[in-house]
Amino acid sequence: MSIRERLSGNEAIAYAMRQIDPDVFAAFPITPSTEIPQYFAQYVANGQVSTEYVTVESEHSSMSTCVGAAAAGARAVTATSSCGLAFMYEMLYVAASARLSITLACVNRALTGPININNDHSDSMGARDTGWLQIYAENNQEAYDNYLQAMRISEDPRVRLPIMICQDGFITSHAVENILLEADEDVKRFVGEYRPENYLLKHENPLAVGPYDTCPYCMEHKVQQAMAMKAAREVVLEVAADFEKTFGRKYGFFESYEMEDAEVALVLIGSTAGTAKACIRKLRAQGVKAGLIKLRVFRPFPMEELAAALAHVKAVAVMDKSEGNSGCGGPLFAETCAACYDLPQRPMLIDVVYGLAGRDCRVEDIERVYRHLLTMAETGVTGPRYLHMGQRSNAEEVL
Amino acid sequence: MAYNHKKELSKPERFVGGHRLCAGCGAGIVCRAMTRALDEGDRAVICNATGCLEVSSFLYPYTAWEDSYIHSAFENAAATCGGVEAAYKALKKRGKVRDNFKFLTIGGDGGTYDIGFQSLSGAMERGHDMVYFCYDNEAYMNTGIQRSSSTPRFASATTSPAGSVSTGKTQDKKDLTEIMAAHHIPYVAQTTFLGNFKDFHEKAHRAIYTPGPAFVNVLTPCPRGWQYSPELLPELCRLAVETCVWPLFEVVEGQWILSYEPRKKLPVTEFMKLQGRFKHCFQPGNEWTLKAAQDYVDQKWEALLAKCRG
Repeated sequence: MSIRERLSGNEAIAYAMRQIDPDVFAAFPITPSTEIPQYFAQYVANGQVSTEYVTVESEHSSMSTCVGAAAAGARAVTATSSCGLAFMYEMLYVAASARLSITLACVNRALTGPININNDHSDSMGARDTGWLQIYAENNQEAYDNYLQAMRISEDPRVRLPIMICQDGFITSHAVENILLEADEDVKRFVGEYRPENYLLKHENPLAVGPYDTCPYCMEHKVQQAMAMKAAREVVLEVAADFEKTFGRKYGFFESYEMEDAEVALVLIGSTAGTAKACIRKLRAQGVKAGLIKLRVFRPFPMEELAAALAHVKAVAVMDKSEGNSGCGGPLFAETCAACYDLPQRPMLIDVVYGLAGRDCRVEDIERVYRHLLTMAETGVTGPRYLHMGQRSNAEEVL
Repeated sequence: MAYNHKKELSKPERFVGGHRLCAGCGAGIVCRAMTRALDEGDRAVICNATGCLEVSSFLYPYTAWEDSYIHSAFENAAATCGGVEAAYKALKKRGKVRDNFKFLTIGGDGGTYDIGFQSLSGAMERGHDMVYFCYDNEAYMNTGIQRSSSTPRFASATTSPAGSVSTGKTQDKKDLTEIMAAHHIPYVAQTTFLGNFKDFHEKAHRAIYTPGPAFVNVLTPCPRGWQYSPELLPELCRLAVETCVWPLFEVVEGQWILSYEPRKKLPVTEFMKLQGRFKHCFQPGNEWTLKAAQDYVDQKWEALLAKCRG
């Protein structure tokens, strides 16, 4: 039986962590994820968990602690944002290549500089090649639900890769929303015990982790790692199916909203989906066939599925909440273009970089994007493909 | 129980042959001696910072370590070890681990004095039950003898070379052992390889079996960096101690205890003259460097004696 509550996104993650009672939590504060280790510290102080709570002196050490703990056979977790994630980068690669199942709650915040504490996706998008799975949430409920699924995916022997459960800083991490929580025993049963095959503290045999990997072997290990990311696709779906069976809420690689007959569509990640849905309802009432793909799983990237979902659309705007600094668009745009390349008939595709450093994105902003797509579809002219929206400017390549 | 060298050496080796360290390198000696200080029956996890030792002792698919071992990066051996130790506590509490484990971290001076200093300080402050062994060979040897904060003044290194207007490194060696003592952890010690290894063994054993964090700094000559003939390693260690360049002491629960006082303190030149890295100090015109080196050692030694006399 689900429990009706009102929680912020950070509280929801901390609540899930308490229910799971991981072996090791490596904690270091950074806005806006700070509340997660704070809430958890209170659970420790109140004896509600038996986790070893390690208050490290930096994020580099929090990920190093997780690496050591996971290699030793523990279920290890941490939480961070922005520069904290950037400070971990070296260790993110180490965690993934050592095939360690670590769960990181990433509360997305703009990456410095200039320093800014508000939401965008530059932190986790910068970590997109590290070998971590990445799952994003639209709201608090999804953040909670994704967290409950994280370890099942990450610890699966077919995967054995670390996982980031991302949500939008402040927008969902600090906003209090209605949420359905699951009972402690149901969560424990769903997540299950962590039973690693080999670990440093295993009685039967010692283990050596982190070799100098010479030329004759290193590429094999990197390919095995890449194959694990590929294999994660089916595991993500299996766990989602079991989650739906157990708790009744459905998840997949992405949510298709009003896509069936859509002529114009957006592809985006995170909380902006709520704004886009409100806009779609408004436009649909006016007869505009607008749709939305809200990407949930960015790593592994659901290339074929995304292409199939967009195949019938005339014009698509990819909404990137991070600047790729490639000179030609953000990371989500590049991957969506690549996904659509093999379609016999591709939609017209543009990139709209928006919401950087917390710049607000309102229903009327989203409507402007749909109106732009409608013009493209009508005229058959794509125009500039790399646009920015929401900033003070009269330049042409701005929406 | 009194130290019995023969008995200790008859224990099964836990750091075995086949590693690729240079002949005359001290790092392998530290590894053998520190694992020998583990009581038989106790298991261990070794955490190793990136460096010569790591790339020479665990090249996939071979390892020279009989115990569980983890290397993750250069600057975080202490934090990694803290994670392993936290996992041990958690799994022990939950009945998932039965064995008695000890946690030993080892890094060179680069990974300890410099890039790994924050991680080390943090792990010691948090009070993990672990020992950090620094094999201090006084430069970044793995990348080709660049100076570190542990390199002594006047040593020629590839980023502080002696030249027509340079007499080598211009700064004094960082006193890391003292900094670690200032963390007020239960046990801190300084040792090196001497005679029958009694000093090393007893300190390593005390460090491993003192509950809480411990730090042991081991002067570890490097034939490539110090430029000496491999067979001179024990002689260099002996001279480092007899000249008071590397005094032997412990800090037990805040008490400074001198382990050895040379009957007749030898001049620092006795230590320096065997090493190519100080060769330029003996050239005409550079006599002042020898005097400055001696003055520094004298001053540090007097300060240490004062601490030990309380």
